[in-house]
Amino acid sequence: MIPSSRLYALLLIFMLCSFALIARAVNLQVMETDFLQGQGKARYLREVTIASTRGVISDRNGEPLAVSTPVDSIWVHPGQLLEYPENIKPLATLLKANAEEIERKLTQRSAKEFVWLRRRLNPDVADKIRALKIPGVNLQKEYRRFYPAGEVTSHVIGFTNIDDVGQEGLELAYDSWLAGSPGSKRVIKDRKGQTVEEVELIKESVPGSDLRLTLDKRLQYLAYRELKSTVLQHGARSGSVVVLDVDTGEVLAMVNQPSYNPNDPGHDTDGMRNRAVTDVIEPGSVMKPIAIASVLEHGIADPDTPVETSPGYTVISGHTIRDHNNYGLLDVTGVLTKSSNVGVTQLALQLEPVEMWDTYSRFGFGEATGTGFPGESAGVLRNHRRWRRLEQATISYGYGVSATPLQLAQAYAAIANGGKLRQPAFIQGSNNPPISAIDPDIANAVAKMLETVPTRVGTGSRARVANYRIAGKTGTSHKASASGYAAARYVSSFAGFGPASNPRLVCIVVINDPTGDEYYGGLVAAPLFSEVMTGAMRILNIPPDDYQNMLVDAGTDEVVAED
Amino acid sequence: MNSQILILILVLIADVGSALGVVYTRHQSRLLAVELGALEAFQDEELAEWSRLQIEQGWLADASQIEKTARGELQMTQPDETLILVVRP
Repeated sequence: MIPSSRLYALLLIFMLCSFALIARAVNLQVMETDFLQGQGKARYLREVTIASTRGVISDRNGEPLAVSTPVDSIWVHPGQLLEYPENIKPLATLLKANAEEIERKLTQRSAKEFVWLRRRLNPDVADKIRALKIPGVNLQKEYRRFYPAGEVTSHVIGFTNIDDVGQEGLELAYDSWLAGSPGSKRVIKDRKGQTVEEVELIKESVPGSDLRLTLDKRLQYLAYRELKSTVLQHGARSGSVVVLDVDTGEVLAMVNQPSYNPNDPGHDTDGMRNRAVTDVIEPGSVMKPIAIASVLEHGIADPDTPVETSPGYTVISGHTIRDHNNYGLLDVTGVLTKSSNVGVTQLALQLEPVEMWDTYSRFGFGEATGTGFPGESAGVLRNHRRWRRLEQATISYGYGVSATPLQLAQAYAAIANGGKLRQPAFIQGSNNPPISAIDPDIANAVAKMLETVPTRVGTGSRARVANYRIAGKTGTSHKASASGYAAARYVSSFAGFGPASNPRLVCIVVINDPTGDEYYGGLVAAPLFSEVMTGAMRILNIPPDDYQNMLVDAGTDEVVAED
Repeated sequence: MNSQILILILVLIADVGSALGVVYTRHQSRLLAVELGALEAFQDEELAEWSRLQIEQGWLADASQIEKTARGELQMTQPDETLILVVRP
């Protein structure tokens, strides 16, 4: 007979034991069930990202300028691959890499689960690697961006980095629009990492939107080819050409030298700047039409008012302003034709600083054009309260004021377009309503005066375009350096538009630091302007307004000579 | 009593029927999922091909290529000013 106290003690122990078990069961089943189930699922459920394609960038005619195409990247699980080191050799052979180096790299990172081995493989190499079926070696689909037009469009479009994120140009400015958003899905994977079943779609991948630019690839190429040969011919440090559509403000071409290949950008950041937008120049004489517009606007003079420019220099606040020659008695039109600093100074000094400043800023100087292009520069137009007499004089012929080539294009487009200024646009369908910069009559009067520059008697005779009436202005300015203006370093420019009877295109040419014997805008920039405009008129089928060729009547063989 | 058994039998049949229905639709959904996967893969492949063709076209239609062929192989030149006749508009 067992004493009852021992029996009870034993019973108590059993009860405690079962209590403990039940408590633990409740704890696992009820309290920690989420955590445990989550852990269990994590052993076989995986979230996989679904890559999204980046949108296509095309020119105004739909020609592709930037296209993404899938390529395979190879990544490894170092632990799994190193279990069978003999697999490394065939892999290295296919990758044309050193097997020992790969092994060393993987050994160093053996604690990790994910190491990129090579990104953006050739598709045929990727297929061969896939066929090897080496455990621990995986291929991941990624997108790589190609730029078929290469260096011709690189400054405007920019490029993306290895993770497909925009780094420069419009790729950067419109990154979120182009990128779309990658999706993800939940799948069941087996021990070897093969997908067994797709469980659910967590987030659908949204492909990036396409971007249609206002650029015309044909004009872009033409401008690039001509700019490159001009820069080479004159040994210039850099150069830019901008072509705008007068009516809409759309950028039809924008090219710079030096350039770079966006398919393999490298690290030479100097060539990557879109100088037409990011770099400012002192425009020099190209600015004179704006000063003359201000003079006309405030009734100081009209195009026929005589201006005495002899003896070819004038002294303002102890500083001598010179012309190239003594042009004697000119009229206001002649001041532009001959590009007389003395003449424009005399006229501009009759204006109040605030009046002149007001005209300049209405033409967009001193303020960024607002295209949203990364790194866009606003140029400098100091406040009129700080203008001294000498400064007002120099600003009238384009010194002491700076602007980007794009700002110049915008201002000249306003002159060509009856005084209506439109913000330059890179993207089709941009909202850039015209703003009145100046009275249409004054804009037309200035345009008419500018027609006298590309003539035999003007400074821009080399800018002429056969069969078209052209208006424009040459510019040659000394480059500013740390110790004042450099004596023998120049910026040559030409700004103009055509056909003058009904302007369609504005073209700005800026050649920075030509090192040859020729450095005048009329000798360096004007011929380039002529080449670009001649080609552009033909490509865009713009009807001539000044026939110098033989005219024939349709349907007859009769040839009529005309002047 | 009899009616109760009848109801029970009916419910049983309905139960088995719906079970079979579940099995069938489950099977169907798997088949459709497989088909969807295949179609998506096909779409991806076609899109990839399309992007490759666009790039190829971009290269081939590159103005410098065309110019090289036109001037070099085909011996084309820009007509001289004096050779251009303008039809009176």
